[in-house]
Amino acid sequence: MPTLLELALTFARIGICTFGGGYAMLPILQREIVDARHWATEDELMDYYAIGQCTPGVIAVNTATFIGYKKRGVAGAAAATLGIVAPSIIIITIIAAFIQQFAHLPAVQHAFAGVRIAVCALVLHSVYKMARKGVTDWLTGSILIATFIAVAFFGVSPVLVVVLAGAAGILAGLVRGRKA
Amino acid sequence: MIFLTLFYEFFKAGLFSVGGGLATLPFLKAIAERYPWFTPADLMDMVAVSESTPGPIGVNTATYAGFHAAGLPGALMATFALVLPSVIIIILISRALQKFRDSRLVQNAFYGLRPASAGLIFGAMSTVFVASLFHMEAYSGLARLGDVLNIPAIVFFLIFMVAIRVFPKLHPIVFIAAGAVFGIAFQF
Repeated sequence: MPTLLELALTFARIGICTFGGGYAMLPILQREIVDARHWATEDELMDYYAIGQCTPGVIAVNTATFIGYKKRGVAGAAAATLGIVAPSIIIITIIAAFIQQFAHLPAVQHAFAGVRIAVCALVLHSVYKMARKGVTDWLTGSILIATFIAVAFFGVSPVLVVVLAGAAGILAGLVRGRKA
Repeated sequence: MIFLTLFYEFFKAGLFSVGGGLATLPFLKAIAERYPWFTPADLMDMVAVSESTPGPIGVNTATYAGFHAAGLPGALMATFALVLPSVIIIILISRALQKFRDSRLVQNAFYGLRPASAGLIFGAMSTVFVASLFHMEAYSGLARLGDVLNIPAIVFFLIFMVAIRVFPKLHPIVFIAAGAVFGIAFQF
């Protein structure tokens, strides 16, 4: 069982490593939380992401709160949340003071362009790992494809997508239960 | 007084922005129009900074806005207010989940939710994919394929994909740092 300090420090580390928001955090969470520390299984992490998408707030924070609460109750939730926001507060406060001189440097822009490409590759790899676990039959396969198309091409709200996917799962369970 | 207003506005943004960091954007735009803390133009700088610094975008933007409104105490207040609603809601959901984890209904719902979660993330990232790997500004009915493809970026993307498969034990931050170095060296 991790201590509150361990929770806070682990999520602070995750916060520092995350460039580009909650989705980019997925590869780092898979490594730090699932593989290295076994604080959650791959399945649980997927569940947290699914819930994090359809509840208010920042996904990264929601996931940290989930894992902190699972490990150490309300105090754990607070420690993990504090950990994940602390690096942002420090870094952004420093940047906010210097931004005008900083963002227009060509070297900075080139570096960020390179970082984005690396993040794309990392996220694609994580999504592939998630898909391999989540897609178990033709129905789950179609849900994945339909979800991608709805969000990427039609801008459908994630809330609606999550509600429909959950309903499809429940419906499929009912139908199968009747057949069996 | 400014702290109460900051708290109220960012609590509202945290409570109603569903679906991740960029979902806070419409709320921040409304705040920019209503208060003298920052302009809508500042907001675009904020998004650019947030996307390229560590940490969740929503938190970064709240910190930045709060700092501009009222210095460091403002930054802390805005971030606290943004995070508070989701912490409360997630704790409530966690409690319910622990109780109903083994119910058929919840398990069936997650059976449908897991592939959707993968599809949602891929869908949400697709704009970043396209912006990083293609020159969309060159796209028109007559453009040649070579003008639209950002060849060096695609080559590096493929190298990264292979490297991640070959060295799955490496920490992701290694690839991110390599991306920054390549970006500067090859002038992306």
